[in-house]
Amino acid sequence: MRDPLSKKIIQVKPSGIRKFFDLVSEMEEVISLGVGEPDFDTPWHIRDEGIYSLERGKTFYTSNSGLKELKIEISKYIKRKQGVEYNPKEEIMVTVGGSEAIDIALRAMIDSGDEVLIPQPSYVSYEPCAYLAGAKPVIIDLKAENEFKLTAGEIIEKCTDKTKILILPFPNNPTGSIMERGELEEIAEVIKEKDLYVLSDEIYSELTYKGRHVSITSIEGMKERTVLINGFSKSYAMTGWRLGYACATKKILDQMLKIHQYAIMCAPTTSQYAAIEALRNGDKDVEEMRCSYNYRRRYLLNAFKEMQIECFEPYGAFYVFPCIKEFNMTSEEFATRFLKEEKVATVPGTAFGAGGEGFLRISYAYSLDTLKAAMSRMNKFITKLRSR
Amino acid sequence: MREEILSLLEKNSKIDIKEIAIMLGTDEEAVFNEITAMENEGIICGYHTLIDWDKISDEKVTALIEVRVTPQRGQGFDFIAERIYNYPEVNSVYLISGGYDLLVTIQGKTLKDVSAFVSDKLSTLEAVLSTATHFILKRYKDHGTIMTGKPKDQREVIS
Repeated sequence: MRDPLSKKIIQVKPSGIRKFFDLVSEMEEVISLGVGEPDFDTPWHIRDEGIYSLERGKTFYTSNSGLKELKIEISKYIKRKQGVEYNPKEEIMVTVGGSEAIDIALRAMIDSGDEVLIPQPSYVSYEPCAYLAGAKPVIIDLKAENEFKLTAGEIIEKCTDKTKILILPFPNNPTGSIMERGELEEIAEVIKEKDLYVLSDEIYSELTYKGRHVSITSIEGMKERTVLINGFSKSYAMTGWRLGYACATKKILDQMLKIHQYAIMCAPTTSQYAAIEALRNGDKDVEEMRCSYNYRRRYLLNAFKEMQIECFEPYGAFYVFPCIKEFNMTSEEFATRFLKEEKVATVPGTAFGAGGEGFLRISYAYSLDTLKAAMSRMNKFITKLRSR
Repeated sequence: MREEILSLLEKNSKIDIKEIAIMLGTDEEAVFNEITAMENEGIICGYHTLIDWDKISDEKVTALIEVRVTPQRGQGFDFIAERIYNYPEVNSVYLISGGYDLLVTIQGKTLKDVSAFVSDKLSTLEAVLSTATHFILKRYKDHGTIMTGKPKDQREVIS
């Protein structure tokens, strides 16, 4: 029989998070700090709108780019948060999560051989999506001493005449690092000079703990060079609704819409109705969740300080990224032993790129009680390691 | 800072000062001073524990009693409210708008206890015109906490 598989897909490695968690599922009484989604339920008024839309029989496809009402709300939201205007008729499309938007944006903009700059550590899908779109992924290893922020110098260093797109994943999963206005302005200069486009994944934009998130689209001359990607999963605790959106110039969006039209048709209708409610009346919920995350973030940072574990202060998302180099183990060894010996699941930094070696991703999308129990186990674990 | 401290304490009166300080990114002394001041000012009136008495053998009965009263000249409802809240078995007394005047909650060991209180003490007060007693059969949610058990973490492993 012939090999049914494409040679291209065989080259793609399965996600490192997945591999690690297959191990977790075989164990009992594990405290997990591994999950990358909010522990909150979707706020009730949002769920209620979803239910209400079903009751009214709103069960048909929406237009390919999404409900008009929702696109208008998204447009207002970005205007309100970033001061940037996107025309809801032709510059905004609703997608199945931010992840679909990442995929189709790359497919719409890449020709075979183009290079895509991917700063790492970062979310696991950029590299395979770029590769599947035919690009050559070029990794920028973000540095711990820069608190895992991206610098203009790092872009220049990796830029060739084939470089077309820069992926900008901030607030960052897994490091929790954010980019502030001044830092964005610096890289924006290089982006314009090198004539690059930016795919800005801002899915954690509502979860920042040092001023408000700044989008690169709000910087002079960057709107036309940027595909802005965001969604409802992290900000409104709506992961299972699978709803995100992309904003870009009509020129880019028209082509993305073509792929979306043929592959997806439209994002889930129920979720779109719920999302309208989220944008209209969800500010208070976001604020409450952000406040809880911030308490937990401070709690963890203090716990690391007391245990004398090195960790820079991350101001975004819901992850901390402590350094475990002092224990002379790889991230994977550390995480595996921590899991087996103390039954705490964390994710090795290397799941997010080779540059994550020496670090662990710890999610604080967990209750304080869970975090406390986990930190007490961590203390036991590292005391044991240090005593040898 | 006050409101943040209060909302933390309201959710968990067991929380210690050090923890509050860490979570708010401030120092312990500042938190301690703020809490002491709020206790003195009567903003913080007490520290309660939410208990599901049904789960231990020592069962308790809780009743809500609607009370209609005649307000006294010069004292309004305050005088009669005081007469009622002074009974130690009374948990809370609220002045209510609508079909009746005072809402009284009381806790007793048995139905009989509660009935006896209503018929012997409450109804016999001169200002009380009528009462209607409602026994609580099941508490689903109390003080913002769902009493029917903690939901399990339903999140599944994903890439």
